[in-house]
Amino acid sequence: MSSLYQQRKNVIILVMIVFMAVYIIRLFYLQVIDDSYKDDAMRNALREVIVHPPRGLIYDRNDSLLVFNEAAYDLMVVPKELHDFDTVDLCNTLDITKEELLKRLDKARKYSPLLPSVFEQQMSKEDYGYLQEKLYKFPGFFVQNRTLRSYPSAIAAHILGYVGEINDAQLKKDSYYQMGDYIGISGIEKSYEEELRGVKGRRMVLVDVHSRVQGSYKNGEEDIVARQGSNLWCTIDAQLQKYGEKLMANKRGSIVAIEPSTGEILCIVSTPSYDPNLLVGKQRSKNYTALLHDSVNVPLFNRALKAIYPPGSTFKLANGLIAQQEKVLNRNTIYNCGGGYRIGSHVIGCHHSGPTDLIAAVRSSCNTYFCRAFYNTVSNCRTIQEGYQIWKNHINQLGFGQCFNTDLPYESKGIIPSVEYFNRKYNGSWNGNTIVSMGIGQGEVCSTPLQMANLLAIIANRGYYYKPHVVKAIGSKNNPNRRYAQKIDAGINSEYFEPIIEGMKLAITSGTARAAAIEGIEMVGKTGTAQNPHGNDHSVFACFGPADNPQIAVFVLVENAGWGGTVAAPIASLIVEYYINREIKRTEVEKRILELSIK
Amino acid sequence: MLTEKKQILSKGFDTYLIVIYVLLVIIGWFTIYSSSYDANDSFSLFNTDKAYSRQFIWILVSMALAVVLLLIDGRIYQNYAQYIYYACVLLIVSVLFFGTEISGAKAWIKIGSFSIQPIEFAKFATALMLAKFFCEGKTTSEKKNIWLFSFIIILVPAAIAILQKDTGSALVFFSFIILFYREGMNENVVLFGASLILVFVLTICLNELYTIAIITVGFIVAWIINRNQKKKIIRNILVYVLLIGFVFAVNFAYNSILQSHQRQRIDTILGQSIDPKGADFNLNQSKIAIGSGGFFGKGYLNGTQTKLNFVPEQSTDFIFCGIGEEWGFVGSLVIIALFMALIIRIIILSERHRNVFTRIYGYGVASIIFFHLLINIGMTIGLVPVIGIPLPYISYGGSSILGFTILLFVFIKLNDA
Repeated sequence: MSSLYQQRKNVIILVMIVFMAVYIIRLFYLQVIDDSYKDDAMRNALREVIVHPPRGLIYDRNDSLLVFNEAAYDLMVVPKELHDFDTVDLCNTLDITKEELLKRLDKARKYSPLLPSVFEQQMSKEDYGYLQEKLYKFPGFFVQNRTLRSYPSAIAAHILGYVGEINDAQLKKDSYYQMGDYIGISGIEKSYEEELRGVKGRRMVLVDVHSRVQGSYKNGEEDIVARQGSNLWCTIDAQLQKYGEKLMANKRGSIVAIEPSTGEILCIVSTPSYDPNLLVGKQRSKNYTALLHDSVNVPLFNRALKAIYPPGSTFKLANGLIAQQEKVLNRNTIYNCGGGYRIGSHVIGCHHSGPTDLIAAVRSSCNTYFCRAFYNTVSNCRTIQEGYQIWKNHINQLGFGQCFNTDLPYESKGIIPSVEYFNRKYNGSWNGNTIVSMGIGQGEVCSTPLQMANLLAIIANRGYYYKPHVVKAIGSKNNPNRRYAQKIDAGINSEYFEPIIEGMKLAITSGTARAAAIEGIEMVGKTGTAQNPHGNDHSVFACFGPADNPQIAVFVLVENAGWGGTVAAPIASLIVEYYINREIKRTEVEKRILELSIK
Repeated sequence: MLTEKKQILSKGFDTYLIVIYVLLVIIGWFTIYSSSYDANDSFSLFNTDKAYSRQFIWILVSMALAVVLLLIDGRIYQNYAQYIYYACVLLIVSVLFFGTEISGAKAWIKIGSFSIQPIEFAKFATALMLAKFFCEGKTTSEKKNIWLFSFIIILVPAAIAILQKDTGSALVFFSFIILFYREGMNENVVLFGASLILVFVLTICLNELYTIAIITVGFIVAWIINRNQKKKIIRNILVYVLLIGFVFAVNFAYNSILQSHQRQRIDTILGQSIDPKGADFNLNQSKIAIGSGGFFGKGYLNGTQTKLNFVPEQSTDFIFCGIGEEWGFVGSLVIIALFMALIIRIIILSERHRNVFTRIYGYGVASIIFFHLLINIGMTIGLVPVIGIPLPYISYGGSSILGFTILLFVFIKLNDA
């Protein structure tokens, strides 16, 4: 008997030990071998909160603030952490429909079940306060602080650009971004995105089963502090920019002003424009669509960089330079103007007549003179093709027919046709007279206001330029932007500029551009009229001043305003006057321009 | 004087058991403290809002009671076993009428701000009653009915527990099968019980037709192997019919009697549920907490899963999660080792003891503690269904620690006699 019980006692103890051995093996598996539970635990309790750094601020060249940041709040969702919640309550709180809610959750889930996605963007402080009290009812949701751009003086919209939510294509290209992040979409915001965005930080927080934040993880040891983006200093002069926009109100066109000695853009106006504050926050996409579909004003279109016009008479300056460089003429060469340039039965008319030298030709914008000069330039070689190619190389060196590819967004190249183009167009049989209208800035040639302003900077510098750009310093004002510090030779000897400049001075004092004269500043300028087959001609004026120490080179184009001397010249001279004197003495001129409205 | 008094108390009392008991209780308190730890709160042992301070009071009461139990004459237990049992049965019946419902089970009596769960004391009373019944029943040679009566003794409190919707506690009473086995119950009965469990699992995991097919194949194979032994054929056919009947009973009970959450729990443990946020959410969280502990654990008060309430009932039924998370595999091993040392020590002492009453009672104590250990830890690591019973001496709860203290110290006292 007792041996039976002894045996059963042993069976009992053995079975117990076997059970516990199984448990210990299981525990060993769970705790030591299988690592997935550690990840699960991290995922459970640790939430990585991305800390979005504020974007860098943007100042003008005189430290006045152009762009700063304002606080906003994004409601984020982590789909995997969602539990059942009162959808009606959330819909009412955010004022969205249930379909919208389901759609957004679906989108978030498609992006990633584990990473946070933006569910509701840019809530106001009031909405945020209201939601925060209820947030515990919606596990899986949390609020992230964001900053929104704000533009205190609402100028230079095209150049500053705007930021918006990143799109799928950009998201795939750069792993720095997550869905819902903001990225610079145009202007400086885009070209200096990497400087402005800063470095994202991260906070590891512990959340409980209801997704409520319970504190930091390991006292913040593993947190990464967000670094604010670098501040930028623009080359723009905010006051000048503002003044330029004021002058261009109710007109279409653009002003580009460059500091010749540096290539810094002092102001760049394109009208009609828009208030950059429209493209911020919740209303951004609505406003954007409205601006995009405004086919009358096309406010998003940056005329200063993208619009191409026949440059008109101001182009004669370039041709005068090239003709001298190619030794086709010199400052004393005289052509007789008989009131027009004759090609067979066709005549390109001219407003004046008589024997004309280069200075006088510039002063009175003689068509005959520059047609001949151009004809002689391109006909200076064995074949027209060779001659034209030489001219084309010069004009490219002067900045035409190409982009500067600086920090300015979306430039147009303009049009300088190739030899092949003319060969094709005229079946190989063409000569200098076929294309002679290019000599006076008409015909096939087209340029942008920026290129024309750059030509003026070259003339002011007597032969070289710096690529026009809009950012002066990055991070600190003492850290100049060196990307565009390379001096570029325009391929024209400096002595050839003197007769051109001489003629331009005379144009101001006694020629076509008397409306641009400013007391106390010796101005150098040239009018132009860009032919417009669709309506009234565009009024064009290019100038720089003061003549012996050029501080500003300006190009102005006002669409449909007719002859260059009437509208563009006063505007350009007001810009010069304002920039140099910081006050306007010619108040009647200013008043006339401000009241002028051209549709 | 002092040493003399100490001598009286510890003379003959088993020091191993007392040391293990004290260790488990201390570990339990520290784990409860950790699971309700909040760095922002001030520490106070006597603030009854805090689980750890309430438990501290219960531990003091339990230890005082332990000393009293060691001083009382041990003979009263054998003499009054049946009265203690009847009183406890009456008490748990009265809970059915006057009790308070807490988390689905009507198993509590409220006294002031404390709640008592009488079923914890019924375990002790039933162990006493069985001990008395076995040691006296044998002398009156009612051998035929002894198993019937002993089953009735455990079925009464178990049935009442089921009426209280406290299935976990009801199951605890079936742990006395270990005791029955030791006292000579036919091992075929135990095997039959085991095959019932197997059939139960198969019926739910597969379906009734497959299960019947498997049983039938099993019996045909057994018959072919043993076809020369003809004498037990009738009994085997009877067993076969019973098992088939059991399949249908389980099927019916599962689909028609069980409530959906119970069904889900069973499904989950048997791997039938694949909804990660559904029924096995708690179990999953429990496994994550334990599994994330690693070899040495995250360190005391550093558990994230238990501290941030991912684990349900973390200071009561799922307290093992806190140990597994903060002390890792090493801590889990220590706990299991302490319990096994306690249980095996009780069994060895029981076997050694000359008094049959003490021996049987000792087996009862070992059975109950082992069953709790098996179910409680098993459910936290996903090896048995989630059945809400506490981990003895460690889980939060006054009734639990009092009940288990009485259970153990009565044995220590009896063992000393």
